[in-house]
Amino acid sequence: MSDLIRKDASELAGLVSSGEVSAVEVAQAHLDRIAAVDGAVHAFLHVDTKGALASAAAVDAKVKAGDKLSVLAGVPLGLKDILATNGLPTTCGSKVLDGWIPPYDATVVTKLREAGVVILGKTNMDEFAMGSSTEHSAFGPTHNPWDLERIPGGSGGGSSACVSSFEAPLAIGTDTGGSIRQPAAVTGSVGVKPTYGGVSRYGIVALASSLDQAGPCARNVLDTALLHSVIAGHDPMDSTSINAPVPDVIAAAKRADIKGMKVGIVKELGGEGYQAGVRSRFEESVALIESLGAEVVDVSCPSFPAALAAYYLILPSEASSNLAKFDGIRFGNRVGDDGTKSVEQVMSETRASGFGSEVIRRIILGTYALSAGYYDAYYGQAQKVRTLIKQDFDAAFAKVDVLISPTAPTTAFKIGEKLDDPLAMYLNDVATIPVNMAGLPGMSLPIGLAPEDNLPVGLQIIAPAMADDRLYNVGAAIERELLAKWGGPILGMAPELAGA
Amino acid sequence: MAEATMNYDEAISKFDPVLGLEVHVELGTNTKMFCGCSTVFGAPPNTQVCPVCLGLPGALPTLNKIGVESAIRIGLALNCQIAEWCRFARKNYFYPDMPKNFQTSQYDEPIAFEGYLDVEIDTDEGRKTFRVPIERAHMEEDTGKNSHVGGATGRIHGADYSLVDYNRAGIPLIEIVTKPITGTGKYAPEVAKAYVAALRDILRGLGVSDVKMEQGSLRCDVNLSLRETPESKLGTRSETKNVNSLRSVERAVRYEVTRHAARLAGGESIVQETRHWHEDTGISTSGRPKSDAEDYRYFPEPDLLPIAPSREWVEELRASLPENPAVRRARLVADWGLSEIDMNTVINSGALDLIVEAVDAGVDPAAARKWWTGELSRIANDRGIELEELPVTPAHLKRLEELISAGSLNDKLARQALEGVIAGEGDIDEIVKARGLAVVSDDGPLLAAIDEALAADPAVAETIKSGKLAAAGSVVGAVMKATRGQADAARVRELLFEKLGVSE
Repeated sequence: MSDLIRKDASELAGLVSSGEVSAVEVAQAHLDRIAAVDGAVHAFLHVDTKGALASAAAVDAKVKAGDKLSVLAGVPLGLKDILATNGLPTTCGSKVLDGWIPPYDATVVTKLREAGVVILGKTNMDEFAMGSSTEHSAFGPTHNPWDLERIPGGSGGGSSACVSSFEAPLAIGTDTGGSIRQPAAVTGSVGVKPTYGGVSRYGIVALASSLDQAGPCARNVLDTALLHSVIAGHDPMDSTSINAPVPDVIAAAKRADIKGMKVGIVKELGGEGYQAGVRSRFEESVALIESLGAEVVDVSCPSFPAALAAYYLILPSEASSNLAKFDGIRFGNRVGDDGTKSVEQVMSETRASGFGSEVIRRIILGTYALSAGYYDAYYGQAQKVRTLIKQDFDAAFAKVDVLISPTAPTTAFKIGEKLDDPLAMYLNDVATIPVNMAGLPGMSLPIGLAPEDNLPVGLQIIAPAMADDRLYNVGAAIERELLAKWGGPILGMAPELAGA
Repeated sequence: MAEATMNYDEAISKFDPVLGLEVHVELGTNTKMFCGCSTVFGAPPNTQVCPVCLGLPGALPTLNKIGVESAIRIGLALNCQIAEWCRFARKNYFYPDMPKNFQTSQYDEPIAFEGYLDVEIDTDEGRKTFRVPIERAHMEEDTGKNSHVGGATGRIHGADYSLVDYNRAGIPLIEIVTKPITGTGKYAPEVAKAYVAALRDILRGLGVSDVKMEQGSLRCDVNLSLRETPESKLGTRSETKNVNSLRSVERAVRYEVTRHAARLAGGESIVQETRHWHEDTGISTSGRPKSDAEDYRYFPEPDLLPIAPSREWVEELRASLPENPAVRRARLVADWGLSEIDMNTVINSGALDLIVEAVDAGVDPAAARKWWTGELSRIANDRGIELEELPVTPAHLKRLEELISAGSLNDKLARQALEGVIAGEGDIDEIVKARGLAVVSDDGPLLAAIDEALAADPAVAETIKSGKLAAAGSVVGAVMKATRGQADAARVRELLFEKLGVSE
């Protein structure tokens, strides 16, 4: 197996632009890796060998012509199957979209293509991004490269798994309540949910419009920053996109200096309910941060305990409306249209057989919460909680520069372990959800393995809106110390995958 | 199946009608409300669509600013308050003509609210003004259009299959909703019609819509209920959908009054339902019942930002509003000394603005009206073009009238000069010169032409001398022909009678 797959994205970009290695070689090395290990990992739903090699060849032509290249030209990437790709299947992990080929590219995809990033294929996910384990994919679960019997997180388990299994150095995820950060945490990779409005949502199939945000996944902080810089920026096609300069995340990732910063520990996001190894690694990180010259203080966010409940009203409400379009009339699978049934029957059969149980559960929840007579008690009330959460964050950021917490309460659990217990599943996102509710940027950074199970633990870093650069500065400072301590990347401690 | 009805006069003697009108106006913006697709009417099905208006997964709406501006201008013209902050909302329901299975609309935060429109109707006591209270005007998007193929009715039930055209999906609509209109008594049908007509005139004056009811760019739903006395509480209403001509608005109200009255008098209750209007038979039939209180699960549209029109912008728009059509009409009738009938002719010809322009440029109102509703309307009609497309300017008409008053052009020559203008031959003076258009004022050539005409028809001189002056017409005609229309017909007549020694 080529050693190209173990290289960082920044390194690969340098090799390609200098002409030392061709982008086609890089793409081929990763396609070979996918062929070797993805049977076991199942990170990809669709591998676009032809398209990947063609875009790599286009980068090589540019190198030859001496054209200016982007920071990630020729670097391969896995794309969560929730982003519309012109000419490539986009299923959102659902049977209802099986076979649908979008006629257009999401803005993020356009930016990646323009930057010469090589899209290897579409990665697996919980159906319509509803889940924390990727077990809710209609096309079967993805397996955690650290232990194939465990979940890779979710909903973007395909993206986190492809990065941590060295199938791709980069991936794009989307994060509505933690779907980039929690998978990063349980796979020992880095994931960032940017400020809401920082990355265009155009072409990303909506789960909950007011919470969804696409972001970068990679194996280290600098690579994550490079990808962030490629996909971020104002998009007139997305009314909620922020028209302001993108924070200089690359410079921040290189600065890695937190001396004199104030870091707040969110009291409500930790302690009871968090696995012992998660807590001990988190406490070590706190000590490390202090040792780097930052001041660490405790911060209380009293409304956070209500966040999960409010989230599970807002998300299903918006989702019930966003997912109404999947009726088999204009695109995707149509079920039951035998010429004898009414359009309502066909819509109903299409939806009943096209959606999985978790999607149906949330559509019913949301439909109920928005119903006349219940709206004020549920959706209206949840919006009030959302306001309180924002106020908690505002108050906290009046005192500190960034907030920290464990990303997830536990390490990767076993496939099947929580499948029949939706509430236990939902609790995985207890620490990440408040960040989405307030539209803030958040990062998950690997901080070691939990001693009891030798599985990765993630540190969540939260910054104020449009201060995404702070995540990278803090993340890079901690990462530098940990790499020195470990003598290399944490993923070097993961077991070799069979077939590799 | 037709339901029982009661004679209208009897119905009105027993019950007090309460009206409510919902009007949907398709805005005349070049692009749709939330995407850049064209809004031109009549394109082949599904050719003016994109991921946004097809509701494809991942697509997002962006707001058409002209649509918002039009909504505010309509609100202001209807004496409404304009919201300082408002949002779109999603109206959720499943229907195949709705690409997203929700309509992006406004719910409890309309852009315009609390207005009124005064309308005038003829009553037994002369012309009278009714104030129609307006509850709200809000923005939303149109749906696609279903056509049901096969089956007898053209409706969905019994059809072999259905086709959907999404060209119309996403075209901006403004929905204008009245409050319950009370106090009309027997004039409810006339008030309803006058309201829709006045609304149409306002919208046309604003230039925000082509307001063609037959093409569906203005669609009207008529709500009606009856109560025993004006003091009783409101009765149950019916909602008659898609009443799409002014005449039908009046008829639909009248019909519903007679239908409700018959039911109520017979001890039956009114079903709250939507009804279909049948233009051909002049009756409505039951559609779907509304009793299950459709739950649209409205919530604020998270994909669009709230709209907060600045007060400066609103005042700018207010200042640039055209004069209210009814006020303007009354003013012009007085200024120009027209009858109401003459004014109707002017308005129906579509020439009002052109005449006003000419008058503003100094053309006599009667002359401007004569040219635009007469010769120029005829030419435009012959060519199948709009009056506005003719290259005739107020300056042209002004110069033409000057030449006519000076006696150097007659009516016929003036028409030739206008033909020259339309043919692009230059300004009036250039055309008059180039075409040699001038009334012959020298008697010499006229006398010669009269002699020639008399010689050609020797009997006519005797006929005229015998007192049959009407026979002079053929001589004058022959002279006009000989002079290619450039003679002054009155002068020819004078010279002829002089020559023959007769007096008029």
